[in-house]
Parts: sequence; C-alpha cells; structure tokens
Amino acid sequence: MSRLVVVSCGPGTTIQDNGRFGWQRFGVGPAGAMDRLSLAIANALAGNGPGAGGIEMALGGGRFRVEDGPARIAVTGADQIVKVDGKTVPPLAAVTVPAGHTIDIGPARAGRFGYLAIAGGLGVPLQLGSMALHLRAGIGGIEGRGLREGDSLPLLLASPPGEDLSAAQDIVRDTGPIRVILGPQADYFTEKGIATLLSEPYTVTPQADRMGTRLTGPKIEHGPKGYNIVSDGIATGSVQVPGMGEPLVLLADRQTTGGYPKIATVITADLGRLAQMAPGTSFTFKPVTRAEAVEALRRQVDAVEAMRLSLRPAKRGALDSAELLAVNLVDGWVSADE
Amino acid sequence: MSSITPRFLDAGDSALFVELGEIIDPDLNARILALDAAVRAAAPAGLVETVPTYRSLMVQFDPLVFDVEAFIAFARQTLATMEKPEIKGRRWKVPVVYGGEFGIDLEDVAARHKITVAKLIEKHSSAVYRVYMIGFMPGYAYLGGLDQSIATPRRLDPRPWTPAGTISIGGIQALVAGAAMPSGWHLLGRTPVRTFVATREPAVLFEPGDEVVFEPVDASRWDALDQRAEAGDPIAEVVAS
Repeated sequence: MSRLVVVSCGPGTTIQDNGRFGWQRFGVGPAGAMDRLSLAIANALAGNGPGAGGIEMALGGGRFRVEDGPARIAVTGADQIVKVDGKTVPPLAAVTVPAGHTIDIGPARAGRFGYLAIAGGLGVPLQLGSMALHLRAGIGGIEGRGLREGDSLPLLLASPPGEDLSAAQDIVRDTGPIRVILGPQADYFTEKGIATLLSEPYTVTPQADRMGTRLTGPKIEHGPKGYNIVSDGIATGSVQVPGMGEPLVLLADRQTTGGYPKIATVITADLGRLAQMAPGTSFTFKPVTRAEAVEALRRQVDAVEAMRLSLRPAKRGALDSAELLAVNLVDGWVSADE
Repeated sequence: MSSITPRFLDAGDSALFVELGEIIDPDLNARILALDAAVRAAAPAGLVETVPTYRSLMVQFDPLVFDVEAFIAFARQTLATMEKPEIKGRRWKVPVVYGGEFGIDLEDVAARHKITVAKLIEKHSSAVYRVYMIGFMPGYAYLGGLDQSIATPRRLDPRPWTPAGTISIGGIQALVAGAAMPSGWHLLGRTPVRTFVATREPAVLFEPGDEVVFEPVDASRWDALDQRAEAGDPIAEVVAS
C-alpha cells in the first residue's frame, strides 16, 4: 500500500474532510475544511467524491514523500507553487507521483488555505464519523492532532487507475460583497446597527483562525435587549457581535453554543471565500434571501460537477527524460493539445 | 404553556432555529427536547442534525434537499398538539472534590454569601440538577437547579485556563466542564469524571434531560478515582431518582 510521508509542514497542516455531523448536540463542533469548495475541486481532480478527506495547509506549504507505491495528487485553494521532484505542476491538474519521489508545496502567495487531495483518499481511521481534525477537542486527524514531520499516512489506493486529468479552466468564482442572511438575533440590534453592518467596510484582523475570523470596523449598535442571550446553538458562518460591537464570524472549529447575539449568518457559498481572506483584507456585507443563498450554493455544486465532467488527460508538461524516451513520438499525440 | 408561539429564525441557508422563549425554564426545555425527539423520528429528507438548547432547537440541514416550509409546518403542528411533555432522563451521581486546588473560588463564594464553606458545599451538593443542554465544547453539561441563595454573577475577568472536570457556577447556572477552557465562572470543585471521551462508547455520558447530583468526596480519593477514570471507568453512576 502506498504511503504519504510528511517530510516537513507548517504548524497549521491538518487532515480535513467535509466535517463531522451528528455530534453538535454533545458539544462537538463540525470542524472540516475551511474552504469546502477548494477541497471539492482538489477531490474532483483526484477522482474523489467532493468531501473526501485530504490535507489542509494553513498559510505554510510542506514537503511530502510518496512511499511503497505511486500516488496521484492534486493541490488547490490558496495560490501555492507545487513541484514534484523540482518540476512545477500546473494548476488544476492531477499528477501521479512515483514511489520515492517528493512533492514540494510552497507557502501561500495569496489566500490562506491550500488543499492536497490524494486519489482514493487517506487510510486514516474515522473518529465519530469523520477524519476532520478538531484541534481544541482533540478529535480526528492523527491522534487528535495536526500533521508533523515524520507522520506516515496510509493511502487507500495501491496504484491510481487511469490517467492524470486536468481542467481546462477554473470555475467562475464569486466576487463582491460577502453575502449574509439576517438573523437569528437581528432583533438584538438597532436599525442603525443593522445598517452599519450592511453598509460599512470591515477588515479581517490577525485574529483569524479555524475557529473564527475577528473583524474590525465601525461598531454595531446593540438594541435595548443588550448583548447577552440565554445560550443557544451556533451555525457555521454566524456573525456574532459581543459587547464591544465589532463582529466575529464563527467558522469550522467554532463552539456549538454561545451567549452572544448573532446579527446575521454568512451564506454557505461564501464561507470559503471569507476564510481565504488574509488579515488586512476589507470587504462589505450584503443581505440576500435564503432562496438566493441556496441558488448560489447550487451554482457552485453544479460548477464543480461540470468541471469534473470536463476533465481531460493532463498535458505532459512535467515529463522526465526517461518518460520522454518511452513515448512513441511517431504517433503524434504529443503535438495535440492533450 | 399551551399559548407558546414558536419563532422560526433563519441561521443562514443551512440552519433554522425553532425558538420557544428566551428564558431558562424546565417546562420550556422539556418541550424543546420533545420537539427534538419528534424531528429526529420524522427524519425529513436533508436533515443533518439537531441541537437542543435551553430554549431553542437548532435544525441543521442540506439546503439543496431540505424543504424548510414543510419543516416549519411540521414543527408548528407538533408543538400545537404536544401534551405537557415528561422527560425521563437518568440520574447521575457525580463525585466532586470541593475546594483547595480543586475549587479555588470556594472560599470566596462562601464569603460573598456570608456562609461557611461547609454550608456552601452542602447547598451545592444537595440540589438535584437537570441537564438543560450539552454544548460549547465536547461534553460540557449546562445545569439548572442551583440553589438561588448561592447564585453568583460571573467574574469580570475570565480566567484564561480552567481544568477539565471543573465544577463551577455562573449566575443561576451550574456547569460540568468536559475539557480545559477559559472561563469566567466560579470554580467550586472538580470531578475526575470524563464527560466526553471520543473513543469510549458512549462518548458522552450525560444527555439533555438527565439529572445530576454531586457527591462530595475527600481530596485523598482524587488520585485513585482519577486513575480509574483515565482507564475508562465512567465513575459517575446512574442512581435511582
């Protein structure tokens, strides 16, 4: 069975899938990829289902070595240079890495979270139904922790079938304001407070991690009911406004319940985009209806599926000399786009 | 209570709250738990999970599948026809070492209420608590039923770290903390009981609707109890109510 060995990696390198569900009633939050759209694209390139577990890299890159057999990989998300044995792998392409060879993933040049998907997936045991690491709870991942030098991850496929595939173009990404649905506790804020949220720019602070993103900007005015509520549930994307009036968007590793009012909730389609924003990034919020939010999510899911169906064998840009010698050039396929 | 009107509050495109009130009340909480059971039994297409709290039920779903309007109609109907619900939870006896390094605020809280430490321990350990909610972090049990005479406002300066197993009070609430976390509550004692162990079956001991009673134990028993708990013994016992 093939293995993926961590030669080196940044401190925020974790195993993530689409998250752990069914345990919030016991205080266990969902965790999962911060940018599920990017994970889904990496998985599509690798031939996996959209929520298969892969490796999330926060800011830093990493060096990985494939052992005992080949592995097909794909990297998406943050803008990172990917090299196999020193040769650059084009974006939006899967590549098969032979045993003994090394994958180098550079630090994020733009964005914050990169995803490394492996064809067939990781042979990591599920904990409470998911392999997603929830660091504060010590659940999932490897022994409830992030990845570190020397970890050796078993892969489910001994050898990836078929050819390496690539996408001709990326899906069309959403841009513009981060979309929210007002509530559940919009009635804890004045009209002026809601108008502030929906019109003023907010900036991502350095206090942005897997638990949430703290924003700075004009203070949001609470109403006469104050800023404490009897604890209730929290949805991913909740825009919580504590007493000091600056919002905090709760993300994958959030707590399951809380006692601050939530003025609005970021729609699912925009969660990854928000998570990828570096500290210092300014943006505005825009209110949408539930129907608009669902439509935005449906477009993303459809776009990933359309990309999956359009994948073609990858251009052989990274062939090594031995492989070039083995190619029968007389057939002429090398001159074609594929 | 028959006049309760539920509010349905959007929490983004993938979750909805059914809110029955904004107070801590055993009957209201019982209705939340009964609604929770009904929703889970009905298992509408696209339902991901439910999170019952003191006074609301959060319903999380796949927005591409779940029919929100049909769910709201179902929840209204279920609440309208609900008899006064009876919650049949288990009663857990939980050993607690009070005071000293195990409960660094015990003396302060006693002084604040002008009672002896012994009296405070008696008041805290003679109540029958009810688990209203498991939340925040894994295995955190939020309890109602604290003797009102020892209710204590939260600290102005939360501590950056409190140990797992902390038994604390904040306002009129009591808490069994499942993991080490920052806290602004008052630390009265500590239990070796692990309320959450991911690899144990069941992973979580208490459920909403259960009852909890505290049994004061001497500090000299801590190490032995803690070792048993570490080895997988729940230590907390289910007792007759």
